[in-house]
Amino acid sequence: MIKLEKLSKIFETPNGGTVMAADKVSLEVPEGEICVLLGPSGCGKTTTLKMINGLIPKTSGKIHVAGRDTDTIDPVELRRSIGYVIQQIGLFPNMTIEDNICIVPDLLGWERSKARKRAAELLDLVNLDPSIFLKRFPKELSGGQQQRVGVIRALAADPPVLLMDEPFGAIDPINRAVIQDEFLKMQKELRKTIAFVSHDIDEAIKMADKIAIFKDGKLEQFSSPDDLLARPASDFIASFLGSDRTLKRLSLLKVSDVMLSGRVRVSAEEDVGKARDMMKEAGHKNIVMVGPRGRARGYLHLNDVVEATGTVEEHYQALPTTVNVDADLRTAVSQMFRHDTTWMACVDDDGFFKGFITQRAISHQLGATYRDTLAEDLT
Amino acid sequence: MSRGILGADASDSMKTRAVFVIGIALGAALTVATQGYLGDIWRIYSEDIIYLTKQHIVLVLVSSGLAILVGLPAGILLSRDFMRRYSETLLQVFNIGTTIPTLAILALSITLLGIGFKPAIFGLWVATLLPIVRNVFQGLREVPAHLKEAAQGMGMTPLHILRSVELPNALYVMFAGIRTAVAVNVGTAPLAFLIGGGGLGELIFTGIDLNDMQMLLAGVIPVGLLSMLADYTLAKGQFWLIPRGVNPLRP
Repeated sequence: MIKLEKLSKIFETPNGGTVMAADKVSLEVPEGEICVLLGPSGCGKTTTLKMINGLIPKTSGKIHVAGRDTDTIDPVELRRSIGYVIQQIGLFPNMTIEDNICIVPDLLGWERSKARKRAAELLDLVNLDPSIFLKRFPKELSGGQQQRVGVIRALAADPPVLLMDEPFGAIDPINRAVIQDEFLKMQKELRKTIAFVSHDIDEAIKMADKIAIFKDGKLEQFSSPDDLLARPASDFIASFLGSDRTLKRLSLLKVSDVMLSGRVRVSAEEDVGKARDMMKEAGHKNIVMVGPRGRARGYLHLNDVVEATGTVEEHYQALPTTVNVDADLRTAVSQMFRHDTTWMACVDDDGFFKGFITQRAISHQLGATYRDTLAEDLT
Repeated sequence: MSRGILGADASDSMKTRAVFVIGIALGAALTVATQGYLGDIWRIYSEDIIYLTKQHIVLVLVSSGLAILVGLPAGILLSRDFMRRYSETLLQVFNIGTTIPTLAILALSITLLGIGFKPAIFGLWVATLLPIVRNVFQGLREVPAHLKEAAQGMGMTPLHILRSVELPNALYVMFAGIRTAVAVNVGTAPLAFLIGGGGLGELIFTGIDLNDMQMLLAGVIPVGLLSMLADYTLAKGQFWLIPRGVNPLRP
């Protein structure tokens, strides 16, 4: 959907020198994916982005957007077909929110009533009440609200491609996380092809399908977030990602990715002896007790019931905590540490017992990539 | 009307209002205290006052109208990117209009245009032009770069950006320039009499020459009232004509 071929930009400095702001950058963003252009300041990520919609003229190379070579399209027409969001938001203070959202539809000559209806729909989409906000001016909105409007303004004419230049950079961390989540939810439905500039590695991991890391105008690595964190291609990338990059992978993995099956379980009225045998057979030190319909109720520890008799109900302990199967591993590990436990029962949204995760399983999963790499090196 | 101004708690419009109210009060107090005196002036000079005030208004309207007509496009042109290298130099040319005393400009314009209405208009036009050009230029340059980038990035043409983004956002600063210019203009217009341009200067300067206090006041009071009226009208315009989103006077 967006395809760059050996894209270069050479700036001339006032004292006669030249700066290579982008050096033969080639990459492709498939339809419906978010590609985050990541790197330190001055690495050429913003220059690359702005060459896509022609705000910065390229020196050489080719750009294809939606299958068309941008050299063959009038820049003004091209920009009207690409959504553009900037860090400073850039809502026009002299226009109402409604007029701001309708800018591109108006430029494209949409019928006025159709454009105004679209503005109301879009405000609804980001949970801003149209009856309140349509007629307001930007200065009457909070920063977070303005940024939401900035994003939906770019979506107004339903462009297939979106360029976003650090769109959430100016928002406080709490609001930023909320808006990122909202945006990802929207993207799931809209499936836009997005090039997204960021200097925040955590934002990149959260938002990206693919990450392109830049350094001194060169594209250093182009891969999925998990792949990038697991196999950084150079020392520069490894240090840019941070020494805790393995921990960052935790937020990319879900509990269900490392969960062990919950088939081994007992119910309250069963005999303790049976529970003991099941634990020994499975090689587990603990077993989860479920209610009549399968909800996680408590657990037995093998050492506590070595000599015990009676039913499970008479001996069980309450579960210190449970974790949702859809939660990310970062949440799970954080809970484990908080409750000082090495394993947790996993439940679904309704509290039904699905399985359990252990610290060993998590570290095994994170380590697996490195063992693979090692094995490749040895062969 | 005045309630609208009162509603805005911006100090600028409050000042205008205060000046206006004080002016009226002062006038009323004077009328009461020296009814006989002012009454005498009115009785003797009413015909002159009405005739010359009209002349004075025409001088002000024509010269500042022309200054706006020329200053606005000039300011816009100077603010364009391709003019950036020359804009400061060219602004200095306009600056000359204010560094040379207005009286000297009027004298100089006699050599070009002779005496009468035309050179007077020219002199006032020169004196009024700079604040307008300067503020139009400044207002447009101060429009944040990211607004222009957003506009360009969404596919607006340069003309469209100027019309829908730059001018509305520069309007407040531009209006401030026009207000200053007109205030200067009204106060300078009496000098027009010296080169045969007419206006209330006739009563003022003749009054000075004849040491006739009544005649002098017959010219000064209408000039004072006129300048207050002009500023008040423009303040109103500034309040109502500038879009609410970029008008610091309006909540």
